[in-house]
Amino acid sequence: MKTTEKSVSDVLDDKKYKYGFQTLIEADTFAKGLNEDVIRAISKKKNEPQFMLDFRLKAYKKWLTMKQPEWPNVHYPPIDFQDVSYYSAPKPKKKLESLDEVDPELLRTFEKLGIPLDEQKKLSNVAVDAVFDSVSVATTHKKKLMEVGIIFCPISEAVQEYPELIEQYMGSVVPVGDNFYAALNSAVFTDGSFVYIPPDTISPMDISTYFRINTEETGQFERTLIICAENSYVSYLEGCTAPQFDTNQLHAAVVELVTMDNAEIKYSTVQNWYAGDMETGKGGIYNFVTKRGKCVGKNSKISWTQVETGSAITWKYPSCILQGDNSVGEFYSVALTNGYMQADTGTKMIHIGKNTRSSIISKGISADHSSNSYRGQVKVNKGAANARNYSQCDSMLVGDKCSAHTFPYIESANSSVQLEHEASTSKISEEQLFYFEQRGISRENAITAVINGFCKEVFKQLPMEFAVEAQKLLTLKLENSVG
Amino acid sequence: MLEVKDLRAGFDGSEIIKGISLSVKAGEVHAIMGPNGSGKSTLAKVLAGHPSYEVTGGEISFNGENLLEIEPEQRALKGIFMGFQYPVEIPGVNNAEFLRMAYNARLVNEGQEELDPLDFDDILTEKMKMLSMEKKYRERNLNDGFSGGEKKKNEILQMAILQPKLAVLDETDSGLDIDALRVVSDGVNKLKSADNALILITHYQRLLEYIQPDFVHVLSQGKIVKSGEKGLALELEAQGYDWLTPTN
Repeated sequence: MKTTEKSVSDVLDDKKYKYGFQTLIEADTFAKGLNEDVIRAISKKKNEPQFMLDFRLKAYKKWLTMKQPEWPNVHYPPIDFQDVSYYSAPKPKKKLESLDEVDPELLRTFEKLGIPLDEQKKLSNVAVDAVFDSVSVATTHKKKLMEVGIIFCPISEAVQEYPELIEQYMGSVVPVGDNFYAALNSAVFTDGSFVYIPPDTISPMDISTYFRINTEETGQFERTLIICAENSYVSYLEGCTAPQFDTNQLHAAVVELVTMDNAEIKYSTVQNWYAGDMETGKGGIYNFVTKRGKCVGKNSKISWTQVETGSAITWKYPSCILQGDNSVGEFYSVALTNGYMQADTGTKMIHIGKNTRSSIISKGISADHSSNSYRGQVKVNKGAANARNYSQCDSMLVGDKCSAHTFPYIESANSSVQLEHEASTSKISEEQLFYFEQRGISRENAITAVINGFCKEVFKQLPMEFAVEAQKLLTLKLENSVG
Repeated sequence: MLEVKDLRAGFDGSEIIKGISLSVKAGEVHAIMGPNGSGKSTLAKVLAGHPSYEVTGGEISFNGENLLEIEPEQRALKGIFMGFQYPVEIPGVNNAEFLRMAYNARLVNEGQEELDPLDFDDILTEKMKMLSMEKKYRERNLNDGFSGGEKKKNEILQMAILQPKLAVLDETDSGLDIDALRVVSDGVNKLKSADNALILITHYQRLLEYIQPDFVHVLSQGKIVKSGEKGLALELEAQGYDWLTPTN
């Protein structure tokens, strides 16, 4: 069906990147280059306590000994880390006391991105931390959240206001030397969000951070830390866009999540960084991100949902360390690549506690000249009796110039575990299939229905406006793939 | 219709059903009662052909065919319906669309044309009315986020649409409040005919006040320890199951 294929590609091409504008604003930007003095300067700029500077310097020393990873299935010229500026912030007129004092130009930028921040228009049911290049420029609903004891603020503020929490938890999930980009981030991170949900608290609203890269030759190194204490729950959303430049921008973030007994964090991402020119592949964001959650407490749960639709290169594995007994890790992903995008994404589920369960549902859709790889690791330690994992990776190709790859790694040191890995569109849970079969529906029809259905579920986890757009895109692809 | 002879079956290497014989004729309603763990649900799953359960001995024939050689999907198409105790949630799959898939599978099997969504809608509307089901059921995803009672109602809706020859209802009454129980029972009663048969698996006598069984069988430790008529259920209600426990 050549004609159908073409129309689908056309539709995709028509979806021009609508966030590609740059805001002209006076900025305080560091000269390019990285050395110990730059790190000291960032730390000073942020007015950080000594422990934070020590953390950064330790990470930097580690980073110097490390190499850029070569194992991902992505290809790009080596990055010159001395040709990047490590700090850029819009110049504030004075210290901000309230949202009303945020530079109107910045407010307009976020409004244009669909994220109104001013007090009258702000999203009523979502608290937003807006990060512009290296700094957080506004955080909404802070007071309302504080009333129930929830801390939601820029991480640079948290370093000063809640140093004991930061010192205890930062690096507790992603150690400074974890990998090349995490080490770099640990040395030079500039801002990001901090969330603390106290015990027995269900966050009254969704909490979100919106990341915007604005300056052309600046790297964005943000750091997010979310701690959910006993019996608490929060749903967190992250959105990202960047202007259209012909050069590549580096985005190397670290996200750490911590859940205590019976706590749950649901972390959703809609990543729509500029992906580079559709025809030539020029420009776009290098998205090298380390995201990891640790279920410290019993019966706790961390659920990652990601819809990856942008970036020239994505290197990202939102993972769960299931330390507490009966803890649950989930990873739901739809990764779309088109144009000349390259994605190597997936997850790691590390089972440490007893009866820990994890599920991985990855949907990779590749079109045009793009390359889409799923890379996932399920590791079960000796003590993780009765651990269970279900992994399913589904790849779909649109056209004949793209590629899809699956790299599953399974490692088990305990014999009582139950691990299932499906690398095609063939199986979901046996129970579901049996249900269909018991109604006289063939296995094949059952699988198709469940897979179509499950993708819908990934989108359903997202806020309405993102979900609708994502769903439309998927429907187009699926219509094309059937038959 | 259904002949079960000295059936032995289990799960994961352990034998749960230890020699059951049962004969069900068209037009009959059989109730199978018994304490938790007696093997009631296992029997239902074995009849439906659940892949996790292993038959280790005995025979099952359905309208003269050896059921044990038939795949679950084919068993369903031949008219065996199982009302699940815990219907699985299938997110993303629209309930009405699922029902149409099941209905069409049967039509195709009988060599008939499939129904399009509009034609099927008439059938669905009628059956939903019969079960006093709200419209929302058709919009929702299959069992997804349904309460226990809603799931059970949805099972009976499927039964109403598929019109099976033999329906095995596994603990359909559990999780239902009294109003829902009445509606579900009324629905099941309307579906009864001289041509079909019903096996009701239940822990409590309550359901049998609404759906009158012709026979009651008491299952304990994988065996039928007593069979009788309707009155047996009342005896059980008064005396519990202990007096029927087999002595080995």
